[in-house]
Order: sequence, then C-alpha cells, then structure tokens
Amino acid sequence: MLRTWRQRITATDVVIWTIGLAIAVMVVYGSAKTLALGKYDLVTWIDLSITGLALGGVYALIALGYTLVYGILRMINFAHSEVFMSGPFTAAFAADALIALGWWNKYPLLSFLIVLAISAGISTLIAILLERIAYRPLRGAPRLVPLITAIGASFFLQYTFRGLYGSGLKGYPEMDIFKGFFMLGGIRVFKTQATAIIGAVVLMLILYAIVQRTKMGRAMRSVSEDKEAAALMGIDVDKVIATTFAIGGAAAGLAGILYLLLFPVAHFYMGFFPGLKAFTAAVLGGIGNVPGAFLGAMVLGLLESVGPSLFLDGLGIPAAYQLKDAIAFTILVFILIFRPTGILGERLTQAKA
Amino acid sequence: MQTPASSPWKQAIQSGLIGGGIAVLLSLVGMVTTFSGRFIISGVFTMGQVIFLAPILLMSYSALRRIAPQPTQKLILSGLLAGLSGGVVLAALVLIGKNINLQVMFVNSSTALFNILTFGQALIPGLLILLVISTIMGGLASGAFLLPKRLGSAIILGLVWVGLIGLLRDLILTVTTRWGFLAGIVKSMFAGSGLRIVGAVIIFILITGLYYWRGGRPASTQDWITMSSKQKPLTRWLTLIGIIIVLLMLPPILGLFFSNILDTVMMYILMGLGLNIVVGFAGLLDLGYVAFFAIGAYTMGILTSPELAANPMTYWQALPFAVIACVIAGVILGLPVLKMRGDYLAIVTLGFGEIVQRLALSDWLRPWFGGSQGIQLIAQPNFFGTVLNTQQELYYLFLAGVGIVAFIAWRLRDSRIGRTWMAIREDEDVAVAMGINHVATKLMAFATGALFSGIAGTIFAAQLQSVYPHSMNFLVSINVLSLIIIGGMGSIPGVVVGALVLMGLPELLREFAEFRYLVYGALLVVMMLTRPEGLWPDARRRLELHEEELAEELAVAKVQTEAETAATGSTK
Repeated sequence: MLRTWRQRITATDVVIWTIGLAIAVMVVYGSAKTLALGKYDLVTWIDLSITGLALGGVYALIALGYTLVYGILRMINFAHSEVFMSGPFTAAFAADALIALGWWNKYPLLSFLIVLAISAGISTLIAILLERIAYRPLRGAPRLVPLITAIGASFFLQYTFRGLYGSGLKGYPEMDIFKGFFMLGGIRVFKTQATAIIGAVVLMLILYAIVQRTKMGRAMRSVSEDKEAAALMGIDVDKVIATTFAIGGAAAGLAGILYLLLFPVAHFYMGFFPGLKAFTAAVLGGIGNVPGAFLGAMVLGLLESVGPSLFLDGLGIPAAYQLKDAIAFTILVFILIFRPTGILGERLTQAKA
Repeated sequence: MQTPASSPWKQAIQSGLIGGGIAVLLSLVGMVTTFSGRFIISGVFTMGQVIFLAPILLMSYSALRRIAPQPTQKLILSGLLAGLSGGVVLAALVLIGKNINLQVMFVNSSTALFNILTFGQALIPGLLILLVISTIMGGLASGAFLLPKRLGSAIILGLVWVGLIGLLRDLILTVTTRWGFLAGIVKSMFAGSGLRIVGAVIIFILITGLYYWRGGRPASTQDWITMSSKQKPLTRWLTLIGIIIVLLMLPPILGLFFSNILDTVMMYILMGLGLNIVVGFAGLLDLGYVAFFAIGAYTMGILTSPELAANPMTYWQALPFAVIACVIAGVILGLPVLKMRGDYLAIVTLGFGEIVQRLALSDWLRPWFGGSQGIQLIAQPNFFGTVLNTQQELYYLFLAGVGIVAFIAWRLRDSRIGRTWMAIREDEDVAVAMGINHVATKLMAFATGALFSGIAGTIFAAQLQSVYPHSMNFLVSINVLSLIIIGGMGSIPGVVVGALVLMGLPELLREFAEFRYLVYGALLVVMMLTRPEGLWPDARRRLELHEEELAEELAVAKVQTEAETAATGSTK
C-alpha cells in the first residue's frame, strides 16, 4: 500500500494534503491560542467534556444501527435517522398519557420503562417495515438504486410523522428523578447526563454481547462475511437481515429517549442531524465494527462539544458554537478522505468503500 | 415482491386490508381533509374522496392482477371482497375515532375527517355508504379485467383525463380566455371548483371515444423515440421551431400568476440539467447540489449588492465571476471525493452542502455573506435598456439559460466526454483499465454540474433581488434529485417532464404543498421498486435496467402483431 502511494503521488493528492495540513495547522494554532488566552477554566472544559460524552453515548446507540446494517448489506441505511425519530416522537405522547394517569412521578421507574419500551417498539417496527417494503425487493440491484430508495423512505417517514403528529414541537416532560445534579469530585454532573452516559454504555455492552455471543449474532456475522455461503450453511438470510434491522431500530429507539433527556423536545425533523452525526461516528470508528462505533461516537461527541471553543475561539471567530455542525461535517469529510477505514476499521477494499 | 401462491380469496383480503391501511394513513396524515375542498366534479366528487378510495381501488387491482387467470364470477367476487376489506379498515378508523379522541396524538383525526369518510351522513348510514362504495371500487377493479382490453383502457384513460382536467380548472380557464367563442364553451364546462357534471360527461365521452376509435393503441414513448429518429430532418426542424414559438409566447398567454410558476419550473429544469450530468451521466450521487446554487446566488449578491460591494457591478458583469466561482467550487469538491463511490460520496456531498449553509449562516462571515439576514438589493439584468424585473420578463432569461444549457447537455451526451462519463458510471475499474482518465472525467462532471446550477443561482438571486441562507437548504437538493430520478436519470427530456410534474403540479394544486416531500419520498421508493428508469427514460439506461423484460416485451409485441395481421388477413 505504502509503495503504491509513493509511486503515484499526483497533483490531486498534493492539493488534498495541503488542504488537510492547512486545517491541521489552524486547529493546533487555534487550540494553543485559546489555551494561552485562558478564557475558560478547567471546570468549564470538564463540563463541556461531560456534555460531549453524554451526546456521544446517544450517537453511539444510533451508530450501531448504521454499522450493523452496513456490515451486512454494504449499504448506508439513510432512513435510519427517521427510525431514530419515530420512537421518541411517539413516546413523548405516551409520556403525556402517563402524566394524565398520574403515574409519571408516582412510579417513575415503571413509567420510564414503559416510555423506553414504546420508543424502542415503534422504532423497531419502523425499521422492520422499512427493510421489508423498501430494501428487500432491491437486494442485488445496482448500488445507486437502494440508496435512492433509502433517501425517499427517509423523506416519506419524516413527513408522514409530520402529518400524523403535527409539525410543531412536542415537549417531553421532565421526570422528578432526573431533575438536578450531583457533585462528583467537585465536578457538577447533571442526572440526565449521567443517565445518558451510563445507559449508553450498558446498552452498548448488551448489544455487543448479542452480536458476539448469541447464535443469532453469529449468524449475523456469518451473513456479513458471505451471504451465499451462510445460506448454504442453513442460515435464513432474510430473517437475519430483518433481525439486524430490528436490533438497530431498538437501539435507535432507546437512544431517542436518552436524547430526549438531554434535549427535551421532540419534532419530526429531530432525526436528521443526530442521524448524520451518528453516521459520522460510525465511519470515524470504522464502519461495520461495533466497538468502533462506540469509540467514534465518543470522540465525535467530545470534538463537537469541546471543539468550537477550543479550536475556533483562539482564532477570534465570534459565536463559534454556531459552527459545531460544520466541525462535525468537516471531520466526516476528512475521515472519508484520509482514512475511510476509520480508527478501528476493518480494511475495506476500494470496491467496498 | 414474489409472494408464495396462496388462495385467491386470501390474497384479495390481504391486498384489501393493505389498501385500507394506506387509506387510513393518508386520512390521518391530513391529505383527505386538505383536499376535500377541491372538487373534481362540482358538488359530487372531491379530490379528498379520490385520495381515500384510490388506494383501495389500486390494491384491489394489484391483487386481481396477481390472481388474474380466474373464472369471471370468481374474479368479480374477489374484487368485491378486496374492496370490502379495504372499506372495513376505514370503517374501523371511523368507529374508533368517533368514540375515542384520537386528536391528542393524531392532529388530523378531526370530526371534519370523519364527516368526509362517512360522506356527511350520520354514523350508521355513513358507514354503510362507505362500505358499499369501497366494495364498488373493488368491483371496478375487476371490471378492468373483464371488459375487452381496448374498451377497458379507453375508460380508464377517460376517467384519468376527467380527473386531471377537473383539477387543472384554473390553468385551463386562464389559457383559454382569449380563444374567442371557444372560451365560452370551455367556461361553461367548469363550475366554481372542478367540472360541471355535464362537462365531465362530455370530456369523458370525447376522450374515451377518441381513444377507442383510434384503435386503443397510443404511441408509447418508445415508438415516439424511434419515430422521431426516423423523421425527416425538415419535419424535425419544423417541430422544433413550433415548440420554440410556443415557448416564447407562453408568458402573455399564462398571465402573471402562472408565469411565476413557470419560472420556478424553469429554474429547476436548469438545476436538473446540471445534476443530470453528475448523477445521470457520470453516476456520482451528489446530495449537496444546493451548495453550487448557493455559491452562484451569493457571488451574484456579493458583487452586485451595494450593501456589500463598494462598486456594485451589473448582472452581466458579475455573471462570469459567479460562473467561475461555481466551477472552482465544483473542482474543490470533486478533488477529495475522487476515490469515493456510491454511499460515501453521497454523504460527503451532503456534508459539503451543509457546511456551505452553516458558513453562510454564521456570524463569523456576516461581514461578507450577510449572516442569517442574507443579502438584499441584488442587481437585475439589464437587456438593451430594459431592466428585466417582472416574472414574465425574467421567464425569457430562464428560457435563454435553459436553451443554452440543454443544448450543451445534449451535445455533451453524445460527445467523447459524455461517453466517458457513461463508461465511468457503468464500471469505473473497467473504464480506467480502458485508458480513461477518471480524474479529469469526474472533475469535468462536477464542474459542469456546478456551472449549470450556478447559472440557476444567479438568475434566482436576480429574480428575488435577495438571497437568504435559509433558502439554500438540503430540501432544494432533494427536489432536484427527485425530479431527475422521476423524470429518468440521464435523460434530458426526462428532466423537463420531472420538473413539470414535481415542481409545476404542486404549485397548481396549492393544497399539495404540505405533502410535497411525503409524496416525493413515496414516489422515489415506488419508482425505484417498479420503474427505476423514470418516466421518460434515456434509451440506453432503459436497456441496461430492463434487458430481459425488454426482450420479452419485444417478443410479445411480435407475436401480437403477427396475430393481428393473421386476423385481418382472415377477415379479408
């Protein structure tokens, strides 16, 4: 690989590397200057990091769906962001019903479990329907075709939910047990953030165990290696793929509730940016790789939260937080250019990437 | 979707239930209520009713097609059964909705909706009417199989045309106002909304009769294409000149309101032609296409607006700079993504589009790009002393742009570079092995696409005299992508058809705006599942996607013509 690189360094490579270097220099210079200015103290940085980790946990759970599906079908499930939106949007209404029943603060744990179950259930249902109706008939079609279908399905779902539940914002009520914060070694941690981080880690461990340890997980991995051989060994490929979508959907639905804890407003467009960022995280960690998705999501969450203040403040850019999405997308673009295999990625051949 | 063979009754019920489910979804999404104000036949039949009955009709039809070779009685009964089961689902929705307040969750499940579903009657008679009409729908679907083919398709065509004409009432009336005594006749067919009953009947008989009389065989797209290539050059030129004259006369005929819609359509044709080169010809899925549109519009704004420029330029002076900026942006985007394919490319271009919008919105670049306030006071083009500032005058600017760009695109398609694009689209590795320089080829595609989109952006900026970052969002990219895919990837007439259908129709049916992306999304999926080559396919692309079916079709057609000649021979 290295030798071929040396052999064919072209003008385009020079241009790309120059752009990359320029951005790297800017980032280093900006960070150094910010730190030298001393505008923020240590506590602020830690606060930002915790916010980033909480966000990263949510991204990790969404990224799982992208990574699993990509691993098996070599296709980006563009509509996964809408799978993520459908569950929590529905659960926000369930929360209202639970308040009306008086259960919300009386049986907080039970109510929370109900909300989680509804969110995960709806997301799973949407994911399975999506696979059945939109993707299964297109297996084996030219690459562009399922991708366009996915984009279409994404818009269809987004605007269907807009039509069903309305275009307005739907508030997600706060539960008493999640109010407030606690101190951890002098650092203030909000309970919602702690729940998001712990919840994401636990869920990721469970889902990873499913993929690694169970029979279905082994079937999933074998299908991702070679569909035909797996089918010959007696694996029901259709069922395995449907299960993969279901697991991804359930993870996205659970992530949605954690997301609502952090940002308590649900609306039909809520899936787009988290979805795109979770995809970035999946690529960053190495797509097709479950621990990679977790790692990538945490790194992305941190960069997004700390990045604007760290990299851009020092350069004298006003209102740097406005550019946090731009940072996430720039990372995406550069990862795909310089290391499309991601941090922990399997080495994909060019044809697969 | 091959479902295992099961009993026809089961299939009918299943399809009916799915149809009913779709009808319920459309009702809850709000389409039925929104369209119920628009009559197709005045006082009798609204678009809202079409929306909840059509799924049942179509699903019954598809069920019958699957079980098709059946004795007549069985076919009718299965049709009725499918229709009935669809009606039952809808009736269940009405029953639930009347007893439980669903509106807490589903905003559109209002009493108005249930009134429409029960045809304005009380609950029990209303439900009965609903069930009977749904069953009739199923019966109609079976009618399509029982009637002789020629008569059946003539009737279907007649019904479709009545629906279309009823919906396009306003446009038709505006166009025909100057037709002298004909205007009066046309006007007498329409009511305040939709057609009069008499008008509907006349149109139906006219179209059905005409179609039946002509032998029930319309010229299909394919015939048209082969025909046009066979035509003599003179006739082709005459047709072309005729089309140009009609295009030039459109704004005065259409009036201000419809000219505005036409401008939107033209703008999207312009952008569609550009994206068609990137996606249709070269096969590079670009989801950040709006970025180039934005760069064109913003360059125009920055150079000509007195708010930002010390010496504001005129439109024509700024145009070359805008075009160059777009080409450079196209190359800058193209360089890093050279090695990427398919999915990754789509995501990176999407990210690129978002980055451009974020930058335009940010306070950081406000002194140059105006931040979220955008740029105002953009110059309008001056054409030999007249400033083009009304929608009707700007139409000519769009027309000139579309004309030039379409000509370039058409010539490019058959040129050497066009063929290299298609080679890259089909198989990049093979293309490179055959000695194609994929770097230059891909960059050319990106740059050309960016250029066309940039031109659209400059005219857009001049049209509104202002640009806002919020109008440069992802949805514009999706609009353009949808129209080229639905029109037919890689096909230039397809772009025009796509733009007319996807951009023109929603503007004519105002109620549609709310459901635009829902319908686009569904159309993209359905299109990819059933007809991936689009409405007006490129001949080569159609061949690729349908090699086997096309061969079959030709074989069938051959057998048919042989049978026909045999039949005519025997009658003689």
